[in-house]
Amino acid sequence: MIYEGKQKIWKDYQKEIPDDHWYYVRSCIRQNFFPASERKFTDITKDILGKDVYETPYHTTCGGIAYHCDAIPQETAMTIVARQFALMTETGYENYVPSCVTSFGNYIEILETWREFPELEARIREQLWKACRREFNKPKYIAHTSDLIYHWRNVIAEKAAHRLIDKETGEPLRMAEHIGCHYAKMFPSKSIGGAEYPYVLAGMIESWGGQVVDYPERRHCCGYGFRQYHMKANRGYCVSNTHKKFESMEPYGIQAILTNCPGCCYFMDRWQYVIAEQTGKTYGKDGFGIPVFTYEELAGLVLGYDPWDLGLQLHQVAVEPFLDRIGVEYDPKAKYLGLNKEDLLKPELPTNLKCF
Amino acid sequence: MTDFGFKLSKSSAIELDKVDTSLYERLCQAEPGARICMNCGSCGATCTAGPYSGMSLRKVILGLQRGQDVRSMLSGCMLCGKCSMVCPRGINTRHLILTLCRIYD
Repeated sequence: MIYEGKQKIWKDYQKEIPDDHWYYVRSCIRQNFFPASERKFTDITKDILGKDVYETPYHTTCGGIAYHCDAIPQETAMTIVARQFALMTETGYENYVPSCVTSFGNYIEILETWREFPELEARIREQLWKACRREFNKPKYIAHTSDLIYHWRNVIAEKAAHRLIDKETGEPLRMAEHIGCHYAKMFPSKSIGGAEYPYVLAGMIESWGGQVVDYPERRHCCGYGFRQYHMKANRGYCVSNTHKKFESMEPYGIQAILTNCPGCCYFMDRWQYVIAEQTGKTYGKDGFGIPVFTYEELAGLVLGYDPWDLGLQLHQVAVEPFLDRIGVEYDPKAKYLGLNKEDLLKPELPTNLKCF
Repeated sequence: MTDFGFKLSKSSAIELDKVDTSLYERLCQAEPGARICMNCGSCGATCTAGPYSGMSLRKVILGLQRGQDVRSMLSGCMLCGKCSMVCPRGINTRHLILTLCRIYD
């Protein structure tokens, strides 16, 4: 009885995700942060899973970054989003999947606002028509790309070349998961697991053989917070939040972090260098940091992609100890060779954070 | 150390297991009213000196519970007693402040 009750409650925290036919939109900042992640999402979904995922080169930013930085009003962001929906409508798709967590939150927020204020939606439709002679249907379903990888996590696990298991000891890797605030905290009912028990990344880690580690500041923001980072005067606050998280996870021996937000992944990776320069402290073993991965990168590693094709050389924290641990083979000399073996040049190494 | 133009700020988190609350305990013995304060802030809202000196009895009591030094705030109190008139718990706030001054002396 109690078990059935629990199952019933847990059902409220789940969402049905359509299995195929997705209209994909990229993030404006991820391409610069971790450029291979989005490419690998399309590779994995189309080539390995055989799904219909369509994208158009004509889409733009969703405007969420400027909206959350207080640079544009929401109505401007709404008109940008209306144009995105118009592009989707023109291609005949109805399921919309953005790659960015803030875009996901932005789209949901705008759809909810239109539901509450239909007159505003009518005004945006009019503005869009005046601006570019386009019309749109609202998507039937919006999911984040991490929802889709979660949805297909067991299929990925069946095709896995590597599992998140320490090949020396046979123990599951101890991993932390970090959910972007705009994924579950704005509209909990639109996420998997809600704001209290977000399961989207934990589900991937468990399916691929790792162990999810809980720690006191697990749900704390990474610190990016848009206004905090983009105004230099507030940047100390931004890094202090990340520092708080790393101090909290330090006693738990975490070997890697999985994130689903562009900002979280970037800042939890890069701030480890800043913290090491300012305090001399590193949080991984032997002077290394804790590697932070996007879910596409982790799925790619599990599926056996070359780590340098996944863009892991663009992480600040060295990923080699993690690759060695799960038994991924790689060529250290090819680390800084880009597409077509073009030399990317070796970056200057930090003083305190150990890197290759 | 590399200068990034910004730096880590000290965390304001307080580990309640580690703070020294002996001063607060001494105050409660001398003026048991301190224990029944519910931190509503009526005292601070009505304080004449507050806006100019930073005095707030609510902050004083909270600071003591957190093991912080609140001496600087006490010097701003003029002992007018307005806070005692608005306290919903009927705490003898003037006595509380005088007792605390004596403990610090």
